[in-house]
Amino acid sequence: MKLVSAFAIGLLFGCGILISGMGDPAKVLNFFDLAGTWDPSLAFVMGGALIVTAIGYRLAFRMGQPLLGGQFNLPTKQDLDVKLIGGSAVFGIGWGLSGFCPGGLVPVLGLGLPGALLTAATIVAGILTARWMISMSNRKLTAEA
Amino acid sequence: MTEFTPFLSFAGGILIGLATVALMAVHGRIAGINGIVSGLLATQLSSDWAWRAAFLGGLIASPLIMLGITGELPRIDIPSSPAVLAVGGFLTGIGTTYGSGCTSGHGVCGISRLSARSIVATVTFMLTAIVTVFVTRHVFGG
Repeated sequence: MKLVSAFAIGLLFGCGILISGMGDPAKVLNFFDLAGTWDPSLAFVMGGALIVTAIGYRLAFRMGQPLLGGQFNLPTKQDLDVKLIGGSAVFGIGWGLSGFCPGGLVPVLGLGLPGALLTAATIVAGILTARWMISMSNRKLTAEA
Repeated sequence: MTEFTPFLSFAGGILIGLATVALMAVHGRIAGINGIVSGLLATQLSSDWAWRAAFLGGLIASPLIMLGITGELPRIDIPSSPAVLAVGGFLTGIGTTYGSGCTSGHGVCGISRLSARSIVATVTFMLTAIVTVFVTRHVFGG
């Protein structure tokens, strides 16, 4: 049940990504290109997703507990530290180069495009490298968000 | 040029929101794609592994649903060269790991909860992405 549900929610999320244009790097890069061929479509993706999630999360939290049991797992960190801001700045540079954010990329992997597979492999390499760097500097990591 | 698609993009955003809410309401989990992928790369197998794999399986299979509904696969255009994709992907992996999240985790889940960390993260990565595209297209490009 748990796996069927997770798979179905993944399908829904993926269809949202593909319909919205978030999985199309040409569209994503044009969204960032304010001085050139600007395509504001992706602001509508964020708008739609935020409206539904802001309301839906509130309703969900009122249930007290997830339908399949356990608890709501939410990030607890509050501090605006160098890791958060520096990491996000580096992610933005990467996103601006490839046009793929992780959520936009994974649904596209199903199409088997070489450029998407290459980007996925290098994202995994980046995640593993960052973990190694963090463990070297002996800090704790929470990559749940 | 890409076509301005406010209605399709808004509709897609609503589906993303519904899936995000469903993952929380049913599983109690944040729909941060980078976090879910990252959890699969764990060194020891945890009980979380199975739902993460099932969710990602659904994401990867979603083009087939699109094929069933529209009769064609989604058109994806990747303008960047392989070298640029590789550097971009690597920086994305580094940055989302240090920054604890990506567009879905911070931009949707976090901002919906009015998390200060997620708002700061989202503003930061949007700004550096805009600057990066400006530099590659209008300073070095041309």
